[in-house]
Amino acid sequence: MRELRIHGRGGQGSVTAAELIAVAAFESGVYSQAFPAFGVERRGAPVQAFVRFSDEKIRLRSQVYEPDYIIVQDSTLIKDVPVFSGLKPDGIAIINTEKAGKYNVPAGVRLITLDATKIALEELGLPIANTTLMGAFTAASGEIALSALESALRERFPGPLAEKNITAARRAYDLVGEGA
Amino acid sequence: MRQIMEGSHAVAEAVRLCRPGVISAYPITPQTHIVERLAEMVANGECDADYITVESEFSALSSCLGASAAGSRTYSATTSQGLAFMFEVCFNVAGMRQPVIMSIANRAMGAPLSIWNDQQDSISLRDAGWFQLYAEDAQESMDLHFLAYRIAEDHRVLLPGFVCFDGFILSHTYEPVDVPPQDGIDAFLPPFKPFNVLDAKNPISMGMYATPDYYMEFRYQMDQAMDQAAKVMAEAGREFSERFGRDYGGLVEEYRLDDADVAFVAMGSVCGTVKDAIDEMRAAGVKAGLLKLRSFRPFPKADIRRALAGVAAVAVLEKNISIGSAMKGAAGPEVKDALYGTGINVYSYIIGLGGRDVRKKDIAAIAKAAAAQQGDMFYGLRTELV
Repeated sequence: MRELRIHGRGGQGSVTAAELIAVAAFESGVYSQAFPAFGVERRGAPVQAFVRFSDEKIRLRSQVYEPDYIIVQDSTLIKDVPVFSGLKPDGIAIINTEKAGKYNVPAGVRLITLDATKIALEELGLPIANTTLMGAFTAASGEIALSALESALRERFPGPLAEKNITAARRAYDLVGEGA
Repeated sequence: MRQIMEGSHAVAEAVRLCRPGVISAYPITPQTHIVERLAEMVANGECDADYITVESEFSALSSCLGASAAGSRTYSATTSQGLAFMFEVCFNVAGMRQPVIMSIANRAMGAPLSIWNDQQDSISLRDAGWFQLYAEDAQESMDLHFLAYRIAEDHRVLLPGFVCFDGFILSHTYEPVDVPPQDGIDAFLPPFKPFNVLDAKNPISMGMYATPDYYMEFRYQMDQAMDQAAKVMAEAGREFSERFGRDYGGLVEEYRLDDADVAFVAMGSVCGTVKDAIDEMRAAGVKAGLLKLRSFRPFPKADIRRALAGVAAVAVLEKNISIGSAMKGAAGPEVKDALYGTGINVYSYIIGLGGRDVRKKDIAAIAKAAAAQQGDMFYGLRTELV
């Protein structure tokens, strides 16, 4: 079983991202489970959401403490929230940031930084980077097929908005695929 | 067909497939997504029910009581303080023997205010005359609704029922579920045949006052009906297994109990975590097993005595507290009663109150405590706060 923990702020669509990644994983042929950290959802407050992936039925219901993957939607969280806590040594950290800085990631972790907010602003006209980061996750993790992510986005968003989100996700997918 | 969806939406799908005539509910976290989805289904014609909007939970269940008495299959959903607000009506629904089914998205009771999960709400209504089923995952949350209507509407039973599923942990989680086809559910669950109907042409009264010459017999018959509910649940569960391939043949489910030294007894979503913990414990040489209670009312006393006959210690995991009781949890004393005279040690462990996360390592630690004869205690307390 592999586990993903998404860190964001209320309003950035972390729970939606977890749900859509789980849908895309299911469509890609594995068992998946997505759930929020059940906080009080306040705009701007730190939130978490989780996804599990497995070849077998998932029974575990506790939160994710030792993730294989983390996505940080907002790098300003890093000073307040221990986002790297428990991240596995061979894990992947995807951080949305304007400028690639030095992060204290555990040894062996593959660190991916990208300016997903810039891509989202260009493609959606909104600083909501969740779908862009989903593209990055798709390329980096290999857990889901890009086509499954696209159909999950089309299922969730109405026509033109879905296509804009897909374009944003594809840009991040290509960027990470090229070794950003 | 297997699909992935939120637990609340799986419950709404199940309710739609049961073809209720009347739905009445008042939104409350974490139940809201169920009733929002059902309202949507009624509005767009996917569900042919009357949806009665009300100003409170008290009115929601009162509407269901009236509609059921008039011969309609009825449904409601609530949680926590919403269920507490229904307390009076719950006893009336059961006493008038109306087979109303209600989903409980289990949540802690205030004060202090908590929107998070435990099972204090439904456990606190254990004596109301409703049967209580508890789901481990989204699939069971769905399937238990089909069973619940079959049990409730059987003329040997005629009692209302709760289908309990853990708030947030199941209600807000996306996971795969197998949604049965409408014709399959129609064959399993025929239209509601009421025993008595309120009818202006043939007037009868329900819930009249009973003098001391009559009252006790009503309560006796409800208790007898609850015993019948256990039989009907086993029958209907076997039929469900044959039709849909998922086994609900009893009030309990056994997991790796055959040669177990330590047995857990638990209800609801924590059972999944316990199963994973048991696999790890067994890999490390600890012979642990689980008896999952799918039904708390009727209480599966005979199943417990049979299934746990060979174990040395029993750890009852309780997401409730009966404040002031000797064992602390509500289920512990009943499990102990079921095992009376066997010499098996039975302990309650209060866990996960108000949404406190329960991890595999907690389960392993509780197994150690039970083996060391330490129990009837809170587990996972932040001792620095108390």
